[in-house]
Amino acid sequence: MSPHRLLATSHRVLRQLRHDPRTIAMMLIVPIVLLTLLYWAFHATPEIFTNVGPALLGIFPMIVMFLVTSIATLRERTSGTLERLMSMPMQKAELILGYALAFGLLAVIQAGLATGLSVLLLHLTLAGSPWLLLFVAVLNALLGTALGLFVSAFAASEFQAVQFMPAVLLPQLLLCGLFIPRGQMQTLLADLSNVLPMSYAVDAMTQVSTHTGITGDFWRDLAVIAGSALLVLVLGAATLRRRTP
Amino acid sequence: MNSHASPAVRAAALTVVRGSRTVLDSLDFTVPRGQVTGLLGPSGSGKSTLIRALVGAQAKVSGALDVLGHPAGDPALRDRVGYVTQSPSVYRDLTVSQNLEYFATVIDARASRATRRAAITKALTDVDLTDHADDLVSRLSGGQSSRASLAVALLGNPELLVLDEPTVGLDPVLRRDLWKLFHRLADERGTTLLVSSHVMDEAERCDRLLLLREGRLLADDTPDALRAETQTKTVEEAFLHLVDKAATAS
Repeated sequence: MSPHRLLATSHRVLRQLRHDPRTIAMMLIVPIVLLTLLYWAFHATPEIFTNVGPALLGIFPMIVMFLVTSIATLRERTSGTLERLMSMPMQKAELILGYALAFGLLAVIQAGLATGLSVLLLHLTLAGSPWLLLFVAVLNALLGTALGLFVSAFAASEFQAVQFMPAVLLPQLLLCGLFIPRGQMQTLLADLSNVLPMSYAVDAMTQVSTHTGITGDFWRDLAVIAGSALLVLVLGAATLRRRTP
Repeated sequence: MNSHASPAVRAAALTVVRGSRTVLDSLDFTVPRGQVTGLLGPSGSGKSTLIRALVGAQAKVSGALDVLGHPAGDPALRDRVGYVTQSPSVYRDLTVSQNLEYFATVIDARASRATRRAAITKALTDVDLTDHADDLVSRLSGGQSSRASLAVALLGNPELLVLDEPTVGLDPVLRRDLWKLFHRLADERGTTLLVSSHVMDEAERCDRLLLLREGRLLADDTPDALRAETQTKTVEEAFLHLVDKAATAS
């Protein structure tokens, strides 16, 4: 594996985005606006914002990176640039990690802004460290990137790619514990919730906001998120084929 | 060097199946080194499939297909074969030079910045896009973006350059210039070129021809020999003659 090709890929992806400032602005500003709206909506009952805010800080980066990555890699597949890269001395890992690094950097900025806003201006009260919150948010973004990369293999058009968002992420959102605590779910739903990575993403955020120290559950959540991201990245790599029908 | 004695491409019983359809049916041919070989045939005859098989992008290839002494698609070939797809495979949201900078690093990650810079300048000059180096590809005309795509393939000084319909939609002057470039690459750099086209009058510009129709090879010869053999004046007439002959034979 060549770090040059990996870094060149990240650089190229970021350069592409730089020619599209509106997308960057949306990625960074939309989560901030939504969090502010939420804060405002629950102004009379701030404890609800305290409960839901950290979860959303974990979910936004995942959704945004999922969308951006699935469209970006779909474009790469349909424009013929993927076929060209695969005919060149490019390793799949260099390409995928290049994407992950570029979007990971963006996630740091996005999660930094959202966390900063929540803690400093919206008075989100945290028992733990905001840095841990930021760290989990970036990890979630990488999971979103990995999922987006994987599903783009099954989308033939950008219409289909966008539809994968409600298909893949909304069920996770419904079952992650944000709407009903996971302990109160029916057994079947609870089991389902237990195997969906977003549940752990939300739980990790809750652990940080409700505990001063690092808990055992937090470590478990981190391991599950990182493990899922890695597993999906490997699956995503398997969908990049040098030979296609 | 004895490598020049062996052909750049050697195919034996080359067959490609897509779905239930046999797209290429047991082809035998060779492509000599240092020449411009034309792959001519109507659209749908299997030209792109043959080209994709050559660069190792096509699945379900059977028979033998050797490229520069290796089986097609061998990792050793990835920096020796340049490939230009039919539609321009460049990033539309990058400038021409940003595209070239990226692909230059992919082709040769260890090259110094100066070497890469020189290769990019040369490729831009070759395809006459120096004036548009800093334009976004999405702002270029169709002809300009396909030349940008060609420039990417020229970057690594490939020994074999495979071009899928590179002259489609270009004005006659540009088309002539590109064919001049192809011959210059063959004559001055010893590059082997395989150029596909569905425009029969381009056949006259090639050193050798492979005529393809419905996945079968009609001819593998020089344009002169082809015309002489079929007693026709143009390659187009020769093509029709061969199609008729094949029809009566079957």
